[in-house]
Amino acid sequence: MTLNRRRFLATSAAATGALALPTMALGQSGPIRMGSVLDVSGIFSAYGTPMDMAQRLAVAQINAEGGLLGREVEIIGFDTQSDMALYTQFAQRLVRQERVDVVQGGILSASREAIRQTLRRAETLYFYNVQYEGGVCDRNVFINGVTPAQQAEVLIPWAMSESGPRVYILAADYNYGQITARWIQKYVGDNGGETVGVDFFPLDVSDFGSTIARIQTVSPDLVVAPLVGGPHLSFFRQWAAAGMNERIPLASTTMGVGNEHRVLTPEEGNGIMVAYNYAQELDTPANNAFKEAWAEAYGDTNLIHEIAVSHYMGVKLWAEGVRQAGTTERMPVIEALEDNLSIEGPSGVMTIDPQTHHATLDVHLMRFEDQEMALVESLSQRPPVDTQAVCDLIANPDENTQFEIEI
Amino acid sequence: MDLSVVIVIEVLYAIASLALISAGLAVVFGMMKVINLAHGEFMVLGGYATITAVGLGVNIFVAMLVIAPIVVGLFGLVVERLVFRHLYGRMIDTMLASWGLSLMMIGGFKMIFGNTTTGVSGPIPGFSVGNYQVNGYNLFVIVVSVLLLVAMVAVLRGTRFGLVARGTMQRSDMAAAMGHSPDRVYMMTFALGSALAGLAGAVMAPLVGLVPTAGAAFIAKAFITVIAGGPVLVAGLASASGVFGLVNQVFSFLVSPVVGDVALLVAAVVLLRLVPRGITSRFFRGRI
Repeated sequence: MTLNRRRFLATSAAATGALALPTMALGQSGPIRMGSVLDVSGIFSAYGTPMDMAQRLAVAQINAEGGLLGREVEIIGFDTQSDMALYTQFAQRLVRQERVDVVQGGILSASREAIRQTLRRAETLYFYNVQYEGGVCDRNVFINGVTPAQQAEVLIPWAMSESGPRVYILAADYNYGQITARWIQKYVGDNGGETVGVDFFPLDVSDFGSTIARIQTVSPDLVVAPLVGGPHLSFFRQWAAAGMNERIPLASTTMGVGNEHRVLTPEEGNGIMVAYNYAQELDTPANNAFKEAWAEAYGDTNLIHEIAVSHYMGVKLWAEGVRQAGTTERMPVIEALEDNLSIEGPSGVMTIDPQTHHATLDVHLMRFEDQEMALVESLSQRPPVDTQAVCDLIANPDENTQFEIEI
Repeated sequence: MDLSVVIVIEVLYAIASLALISAGLAVVFGMMKVINLAHGEFMVLGGYATITAVGLGVNIFVAMLVIAPIVVGLFGLVVERLVFRHLYGRMIDTMLASWGLSLMMIGGFKMIFGNTTTGVSGPIPGFSVGNYQVNGYNLFVIVVSVLLLVAMVAVLRGTRFGLVARGTMQRSDMAAAMGHSPDRVYMMTFALGSALAGLAGAVMAPLVGLVPTAGAAFIAKAFITVIAGGPVLVAGLASASGVFGLVNQVFSFLVSPVVGDVALLVAAVVLLRLVPRGITSRFFRGRI
């Protein structure tokens, strides 16, 4: 969008109007503007493209039901191209030029932290809808992805009981991987195990030969791999190519959220243990309806994955908040969401926890079998206890930190 | 004991993969002095050619060892005729043109194959060395690389084309006076270098996921290896790959892959300080 004189006059007039009449919401008559920043291309496109499809489906459904507050919802979406620098740029643009009512999006934790402060300063409500390392405590943000206490806390003991107590961790080298690795170490210790090695990999590393040899020198019982993005997928290929998949079991906190189990061959993927809030294989009426709607909109349902559904739920949570509040203004919507707002969707019931702005949700232990996720055990309505232990937005509404676990 | 065998295989694999990804550049840059910044994209093209051919039901070995080099070689031929032949001897112009070509190729890959990660699975099963498991594909890379170096020596030394090509690179006016067309020799040499790049990209494709921008990961290492190798083609390639592969892998193994890459770069800086014109400007002089 170029800033021509007419548009400049229009925006500045609107801005002056807003200053003069602070109670009047901007653009009351036009469509409600939902901003989004997602990596629809680049090395994280396997995550971002289905998320974008999911949000378009969610908004189409909302509009088909008559919109929100009688107004249509419009998506102002930017493709951040798997480039962290573009996040800040597009977030600025969403709040300054596009003046959106809410921002949905961000995939990697690095991208979330890149834009969180911008959105907070601009007083624009932000939904981050991806499983992550936990601990974000900010009243401007709502997060509905699984956190370590919801995921690793159950995944690790199960995986250890299927293998043994000596655990080796391979993690992506940025805030998500670093903090998640610490959580995994904690849960390994809590369950009487021992972490025998931790390695971190930059996101563009794709040769894991020496690492696979290194792992064998300490011969762990279990390898846990919170690896992220396309290049890291090579690890699972090379692991299987070395025949290690027959010898040492694998568990992962990220594998499969981007449908990696459908990219790998059955031999490469079989047996990998995971725990997520959603899988296509969940046989619930809500999920079947969701898959039908997706098939109608896009044809192929194969692309649906955990964080796409998470993102879909994020849009629906926000929409419900707007309905309850009767306005798109930030504070009333936050207060409506904080009223233990709850919705049911393809991934089950999701309830906002007012103390942390995280979500209480279902978690399913699963194992890859022939490019599908085979359900092992479902754990109902797990609260985000890790973040609850450090974050209380009711007592400290001005808190603005990401708490990290200490070991 | 088993561990040392595994480490030796990993080191040899690192050396072999460096030699493999640098071979095409050694011909194009080392011999012809053409700085082809699109070399990484030539490799990626080889990888995509393989993946596409495998998708069409071609045997993966045929796709890697035959189809990919032919496709990229032909592509190199076309590009040489259209772009590079007008720019021989003009280094900066060549760099600009090839950089533009690399951007165009990345854009083309994005349009055709999508801006996302694709890959094929390795065709060779792993095997065990005592208590350790080794990726069988690593051995394949080592074998391909050794055969490639042997073939390069054989062609450059044993064939008339090799002799004429070497002569043309040294004194093109003399080669012309002897009745050889430098234009055609350059064309063939460039196509050969491109084919080698295609082969390298094809062989690496099953190991690493391919994205349109993957070329950038290869090109830095390839240039460093060729420059550190110096003026002698095959011996330079082998010796520089040997030093860097060893350093990279030892540090990867002892510390982490990141430190391994750092160590490789440090080794390159130190090496170029000691022998600014490359290893073969001091050792192995006068060989091939």
